[in-house]
Amino acid sequence: MSRLAAAIEGVALLGPGLPGWAAARAVLTGAQPYAHAPTVVPVATLLPPNERRRAGLAVKIALAVGWGALTESARDASALETVFTSSSADGDTCHAICEQLAGSERLISPTRFHNSVHNAPSGYWSIATRCMAPSTSVCGYDASFGAGLLEACTLVHARGAPVLLIAYDAPYPEPLLSKRPVPDAFGVALLLSPQAGAGVLARLELTLIGDSPEPLADGDLESLRRSVPTARSLPLLSLLARGARGTAAIEYLDGLHIAATVAPCA
Amino acid sequence: MHPLQLSSFTLTTCLGRGLEATRSALQRRASGLARRQFDTTALDTCIGEVEGVDAVRLPPALAAWDCRNNRLAELGLAHDGFAEAVRAAAGRVGAERVGVFLGTSTSGILQTELAYRRRDPVSGALPADFDYGRTHNTYSVTGFVRARLALAGPAWTVSTACSSSAKVFGSAARMIDAGLIDAAVVGGVDSLCLTTLYGFNSLELLAREPCRPWDAARNGLSIGEAAAFALLEPLAASPAPDAVALYGVGESSDAHHMSSPHPEGLGARLAMQAALGAASLQPADIGYINLHGTATPSNDAAEDRAVVGLFGSATPCSSTKGATGHTLGAAGALEAMIAALALRHGFIPGGAHTATPDPALRAHYVLESREAKLRRVLSNSFGFGGTNCSLVLGRA
Repeated sequence: MSRLAAAIEGVALLGPGLPGWAAARAVLTGAQPYAHAPTVVPVATLLPPNERRRAGLAVKIALAVGWGALTESARDASALETVFTSSSADGDTCHAICEQLAGSERLISPTRFHNSVHNAPSGYWSIATRCMAPSTSVCGYDASFGAGLLEACTLVHARGAPVLLIAYDAPYPEPLLSKRPVPDAFGVALLLSPQAGAGVLARLELTLIGDSPEPLADGDLESLRRSVPTARSLPLLSLLARGARGTAAIEYLDGLHIAATVAPCA
Repeated sequence: MHPLQLSSFTLTTCLGRGLEATRSALQRRASGLARRQFDTTALDTCIGEVEGVDAVRLPPALAAWDCRNNRLAELGLAHDGFAEAVRAAAGRVGAERVGVFLGTSTSGILQTELAYRRRDPVSGALPADFDYGRTHNTYSVTGFVRARLALAGPAWTVSTACSSSAKVFGSAARMIDAGLIDAAVVGGVDSLCLTTLYGFNSLELLAREPCRPWDAARNGLSIGEAAAFALLEPLAASPAPDAVALYGVGESSDAHHMSSPHPEGLGARLAMQAALGAASLQPADIGYINLHGTATPSNDAAEDRAVVGLFGSATPCSSTKGATGHTLGAAGALEAMIAALALRHGFIPGGAHTATPDPALRAHYVLESREAKLRRVLSNSFGFGGTNCSLVLGRA
């Protein structure tokens, strides 16, 4: 079975009870107990004021974690290839359109329509960072994080250049929420590069495996992992937070999962 | 990149089912666009609806995936021996070594649109029979095709609006190159729904008459639907005489606007350049360009600048959207399959419905279908969010 290698240069995380990578590390290492709190998503300062006001939750959390993973890096966002992955992109916009279409007046706002595409956060990101490098947007339903991680790491391998992975989920409002009960917004970004060097936090090696992942020891984190597609990244993030060498299993598709081996760099 | 052969491919659109019906229609310069309403729409436009999608039944074991988009996928898989070719490949390399990467923009959203008409009058809840994950979700079509073909390898949907199913060729090529898989099913499936029909209507981009790419009087697009699939594998040492291969994928972002292209076509040009670079080709090596050519005034003008800037005005070009309509997330794969047909059968499809090419556009737009010995062709796909992807295909 082939191995896919990359180096991790930056990490960002926003989720319920996990307000940023620095604060979340203590929870992920077990030094502090998990305490539930709604996800706090900052204003999208990357966007011009008009669009900042209109930006939905999906765009805001994607841009926030994407920018967060770059803060301690010297990488130039305007030259950086990106991979966005999400189970459903902008749920509020989707709901508003479906509600409108179910009524007798089928007038959709043009802005709402272009915001309904799965790659809307990618579009806003490339405009805000003036980045003409390629960007893709993928979806794997519950397997979206694994899909994005594979797409990003194979891009690093193919291009020999850094890639920013932005994984995010934003919940639908009712009535879709009952059919897709993702409880809160969640975003993770990883800045990946081809080789270990200055500024690298850890080396990462991926292989595809058949065995299902073990549950996380912390019951609250495990329930988060099971309820939000992007939170399937938590076993990998816990390893990174501990700064320990080890292998985390990332739940992907039925009978096909990803073993992520992490070796921290001093 | 390492070339990948299209070991098998197929496509289904309003032009017909399978390769032979499509080839014949393209060579006759036929169009499948018709003035009719879809579902309960009341729009003054023409659509490219695939006949008989509603009558398709999924296998009973996969009934939970039932929605228009997956019915269209099921219909598309049934032609040109495609499913059999995939089964044979899985037998050779193992089902877990065959990936599935499909593009769609709206997947099965029609199912949710319909479910919103059946909400509980008191609670507002959606009906109990509505299955979000296996119908509406963007991954649904890929999950369905993976299950239908009994594959067990890595899979995802690429959803970057109208470049979605061009970009899947890149995903598959990188996964094969990294050694994680030995073969991949790629393609695109997008089906008619109210979100896109009323959405493009809100942008005032729907043409009243069948769309006329590159025409002086072009005034908008016609929406179609399609299922197109290819089985990609490393190029054999001695390929079949009529073999077609993927030689290059080029991608870029406009970084300009969410729903309008860069006026000078800068992003489009970057993508075409990158595709040529990946194929180690010069512009003069390309014998035909299948344009994105949506027939909106600004899209065609921007693409014309990009094409003429890179290729000059001699390379034959056409858009096949006058024949099939704009099939959105399926357009990239559909037009790659049309490019493969053009290569295999030696013809350039003339741009259906276009009568008078716009004198302000300088690309060499081909009006009548004609025979042409082609070795390398380029196919363009651009989308909302400023996403661009170009593919280079050629005779192996």
